Amino acid sequence: MTNTSENRGKCELALTVNGKSETVRVYPMERLLDVLRQELGLTGAKEGCGEGECGSCSVLMNGKLINSCLVPVLQAAGTNLTTIEGLAEGPQLSALQTAFLECGGAQCGICTPGMILASCHLLDKKPRPTLDDIREGLSGNLCRCTGYMQIFDAVMEAARRSPA
Amino acid sequence: MTGAHIIGKSVPRKEGRDKVTGAARYIDDISLPGMLCGATVRSQTPRGLIKKISFASQFDWTEFVIVTAKDIPGKNCIALIGDDQPCLADGEVNHPEEPILLLAHADRHVLRKAIEAVLIEYDLLPAVFTIEESERRSQIVWGTDNVFKSFLIAKGDVDSVWEKADYIVEGEYTTGAQEQFYIENNGVIASFDRELGITVWGSLQCPYYVHKALMALCNLPAEKVRVVQAETGGAFGGKEDYPSMIAGHAALLAMKSGRPVKIVYDRLEDMTATTKRHPSRTHHRTAVSKEGKILGGEIDFTIDGGAYATLSSVVLSRGIIHAGGPYYWPNVRIRGKAVATNAPPHGAFRGFGAPQSLFAMERHMDRIAQVVGLSPVEIRRQNFLKPGQTTTTEQTVREEIDLGKLLDRALELSDYPAKKARFARQNTKGSVKRGMGIAAFLHGAGFTGSGERYLASVVGVEGCADGTVRVLVSSTEFGQGTNTVLCQIAAEALDLPYDCVAIAQVDTNQVPNSGPTVASRTAMVVGNLVRSAAIGVRQTLTGGGLLGNSYSPEEFRAACRRHIAEHGELRSYARYEAPEGVFWDDEKYRGEAYASFAWAIYVAEVAVDLSTYSARVEDFVALQEVGKVLHPILAKGQIAGGVAQGIGFALYEKVVWQNGRMQNGQMTNYIMPTSADLPQLRVFFEEMGNVHGAYGAKGIGELPMDGPAPAIVNAIEDALGTRFDSIPLLPEDIFEAVFANGVTDGKTDGRR
Repeated sequence: MTNTSENRGKCELALTVNGKSETVRVYPMERLLDVLRQELGLTGAKEGCGEGECGSCSVLMNGKLINSCLVPVLQAAGTNLTTIEGLAEGPQLSALQTAFLECGGAQCGICTPGMILASCHLLDKKPRPTLDDIREGLSGNLCRCTGYMQIFDAVMEAARRSPA
Repeated sequence: MTGAHIIGKSVPRKEGRDKVTGAARYIDDISLPGMLCGATVRSQTPRGLIKKISFASQFDWTEFVIVTAKDIPGKNCIALIGDDQPCLADGEVNHPEEPILLLAHADRHVLRKAIEAVLIEYDLLPAVFTIEESERRSQIVWGTDNVFKSFLIAKGDVDSVWEKADYIVEGEYTTGAQEQFYIENNGVIASFDRELGITVWGSLQCPYYVHKALMALCNLPAEKVRVVQAETGGAFGGKEDYPSMIAGHAALLAMKSGRPVKIVYDRLEDMTATTKRHPSRTHHRTAVSKEGKILGGEIDFTIDGGAYATLSSVVLSRGIIHAGGPYYWPNVRIRGKAVATNAPPHGAFRGFGAPQSLFAMERHMDRIAQVVGLSPVEIRRQNFLKPGQTTTTEQTVREEIDLGKLLDRALELSDYPAKKARFARQNTKGSVKRGMGIAAFLHGAGFTGSGERYLASVVGVEGCADGTVRVLVSSTEFGQGTNTVLCQIAAEALDLPYDCVAIAQVDTNQVPNSGPTVASRTAMVVGNLVRSAAIGVRQTLTGGGLLGNSYSPEEFRAACRRHIAEHGELRSYARYEAPEGVFWDDEKYRGEAYASFAWAIYVAEVAVDLSTYSARVEDFVALQEVGKVLHPILAKGQIAGGVAQGIGFALYEKVVWQNGRMQNGQMTNYIMPTSADLPQLRVFFEEMGNVHGAYGAKGIGELPMDGPAPAIVNAIEDALGTRFDSIPLLPEDIFEAVFANGVTDGKTDGRR
């Protein structure tokens, strides 16, 4: 295929990902998940179901939790995105990442990026969540390994450690 | 003594940092230059002869790599136990979704559409879809009698017990298929090089199973097949045997195209085409004395294996050995049978036959209690196995297990007596009915019978020049904590800090065959070998005069360096040897079935809302004796995760079949528990120690799958007074039964 036919229908879009300005040349209806993973090499967001049920592809778009498998990249143009790769500052893990590590919140790890971003979103809205808040707040993110208990522990622990 | 007390400590998970930062590389995160995407064209019919394969004209098929059975260089089978499952159907298909033809293309979007454009015509053949249809043998769909395997366990003289019995209690119990539902779908990348042969990277549990299958399929010698495990996003048995199939497909496409090929399933393909838990049917007929003692009984356990034999014989074996539960049977006859149907083959899923047969046993114990007029607590207490008694396979219980004490503790932790009395009072009014249910069970760790002896697993431990230690095993990490626990064991044995020990990537070119990562064998069996090999490294250094009896990590490093300078490398290997005095008869199915059993009592509190007919678990106590707990956080996480899957098995997860095909292969319509569905799962351990495992550990991974379903269904019966003998038990099932029977005051008469 020629370069032109490969680019036919593609457009240039600008987004901010983990604080960095990015320009991508993509089909406007491509899934944001594919653009993150394939164009930008950010493979932390995972595809578990491709239909918005499992939450493994969760990222934050302008601070809102979204399933990146359901969002056409066009819709993300001009937005501010946070993926799992954007949470740690250099070698310094975020409070949630540390708590997930210490409390057993990650087992196989495939749901972990989405789960941590969902937890971020929850703590952003409710810095001192109750157990029921956590149950509810994470109910869009499936985990098959942990039975969720140690994920709850991790979120509670991260909340406890963050300044009031 | 830097390494002291690493065992029993919750050290950080070895690969945990990569998992919380998104740096961990799973198969779909890996890309090779020039890589093509591969896809599988599958059977649309349960059984038939392939009449014609044609390609619709809207595609330029020269752009595609196309592989059929004719392209297979070796034997067209997935070598496992028997060789009956083809890699690609050749002339006939025996289940829906059976692979027929493979395609590869650079663009996965084009590829997806192309699958639909391969047209296959069949001469349809009649098919069978249930255990009962298979047993009727009006159609023979496998072998001469539709039976993959049958077993008989016989102890004592069952025929003499019926006339002595005060009660004869019968019951039949069934369980449905269950999807493993790992969140990462199956996937593999293969590349081929004339010199090096085939290399496969994949999401998988058992690299040497894949290795064996590829040798046969591709007609390559061992050294020309290399299997590497990528980070694996959950498995639960679902990545035990099927990855050999996907690896075979990717390898065939890579061999034909000369380019690397990636095959990653989407959720629908993964759910409809790959293995699930075997559906089962168990019939119990039990002779009981008026005091509630089991005098003897017959247990018939039958599983639906799907279209090919795959692992069914082994699942059946574990199922029948666990069928008698943690009880003393002076006389018993257990018949097991795995039958063929035209569904995709059922396979390994956590528990491996035991959750099915134990569901039946634990429901049946409540039935016996009702008939005899004892409580569920007392009937179990009357019949618990005690040290010195023998199991159904006549294995003597040598551990100082006290199941009565375990039961007492579980009752106290769950507040069972008070709650049971309170619910009985409250259930007379209101639309929400509550009940309490118990399950007592055991789970054997390691391969059954002579299995470990045949496997003869090998592990290596290597001391490196920088003073670090590498553990060399083919045991895979897929969430359970393999990496962490095996490093803890090596660190403890070498008296080194945990951070000094790392695990080598699982790569068949680099690590010895420590056996498959299944059967709750890793911590106990492989762990023990890691300990031996680590001690071997230590002895090499102390024996060579390079190290004293106690040393610092710096002294250890200096000693490693000197040894390596002199000898080139510092490696110690350990091979499994069966403990002395262990007897197992494969013919009669008698003897020491497992090196050790883990024991457990689970208590469920369930509420059923009679306005929606939904059942909800409101409290769950999981108490188990698992030997030494090597890592409390990992162990608790394993138990809670298993209990959650068990709750799904009981109340949510229903595979809807039509003509052998799963109709609800999506996350929208096959429902597993979310964080909002589960109660606090309260996990407790008793540690009694076990001589077989590393530092006294027993297997733990599968145990928690066995107990939740019977405990929950027992609680529902306690709440409603209606009998339920089949799972999954969805609101519509509860509605139907309650409507048919009418709700009583929360008590059953026990003679229905």
